[in-house]
Amino acid sequence: MHRTGELYGQFETLEQQKDTATLGMWVFLVTEVLFFGGMFMTYTINRHAYSAAFGVGGNTLDLKLGGGNTVVLIMSSLTMAMAVWSAQVGKKQLITLFLILTLLLGGVFLGVKAIEYKQKYDHHLIPGQSFDITFCSNHPAPCGISAEDAAKEKTEIAEAFEKDPNLNSHAQLYFSLYFGMTGLHALHMIIGAGLLLWLIKEAVAKRFGPGYNTPVDITGLYWHFVDIVWIYLFPLLYLIDRHN
Amino acid sequence: MSEHIASPKLYIGIFLALMICTAATVWAAYINLGQYNIVIALAIATLKATLVVLFFMHAKYSPGRTQLVIFCAVFWLGIMLALTLSDYTTRHELTQQQAQPAALVARRVAP
Repeated sequence: MHRTGELYGQFETLEQQKDTATLGMWVFLVTEVLFFGGMFMTYTINRHAYSAAFGVGGNTLDLKLGGGNTVVLIMSSLTMAMAVWSAQVGKKQLITLFLILTLLLGGVFLGVKAIEYKQKYDHHLIPGQSFDITFCSNHPAPCGISAEDAAKEKTEIAEAFEKDPNLNSHAQLYFSLYFGMTGLHALHMIIGAGLLLWLIKEAVAKRFGPGYNTPVDITGLYWHFVDIVWIYLFPLLYLIDRHN
Repeated sequence: MSEHIASPKLYIGIFLALMICTAATVWAAYINLGQYNIVIALAIATLKATLVVLFFMHAKYSPGRTQLVIFCAVFWLGIMLALTLSDYTTRHELTQQQAQPAALVARRVAP
């Protein structure tokens, strides 16, 4: 049986039914806020305790890729909002178009994230035995940076080592949190992409319109929430120590 | 009470505001403001998040009970952050004098 918005017995009106679904989604998002909140708390405490190492770690991230991804994700939020609007006003073909655009932008985000992870692997920045925060400043060629930038990075790292003799361990803490938080965020994006695929299938079958668009609406809430998580991750991970 | 439908113009306006905020946060990150860099970065992020919640997530046009749920999320997150930070940010290493009661005793004996 396909659900196309018939009224269930426990509700008085379709509007009440939709409000209930929306409220349920928000309650789920509250648990997500506290779930991600715990990770942000952990990050903040460690950043406070090991600010030199976290500054050096943050400056190794690629601002162009991270900033570009921020733009891509906010754009996908816009297309998602437009998909919900298309459903509300009954433009059935636009729903499919905007959902596909949202999925594509989400895919671009995840692709860029994969490139960044690969870069961190090449630069010996995965926590573990081969982790070496000084790798790129000592081997500019495989990292693809100029000798000039490498020299600059070397001074920056030397200064940080003076403040914190255990810089290499504490930088691993930064990267553990970086991979943990961005990984969890990416997992949410993958789940969101799965939901979008299902929505696209339903939208192609013309199941959504002004009378019934609850799935588009509450998947939209989820997608925007994931966007908000990134809105906080971007400055905290990428921008924190750029002024040095 | 019928469903509120926001116009695409509003969504595009919000999108542009979010883009401007993103540019502003990158720009501000390169200015050395000491400990205020983090404050500005988080303030801009919170402004962006508020725009997303109010307009993209329709919170502005949602029933009061939905808004109450959103408020609760922020409030409880605030409790977690404020109480935990009030502990961690006020811990300091003991100075040698504080760590050695004998020194305190000696000081008290010979004022």
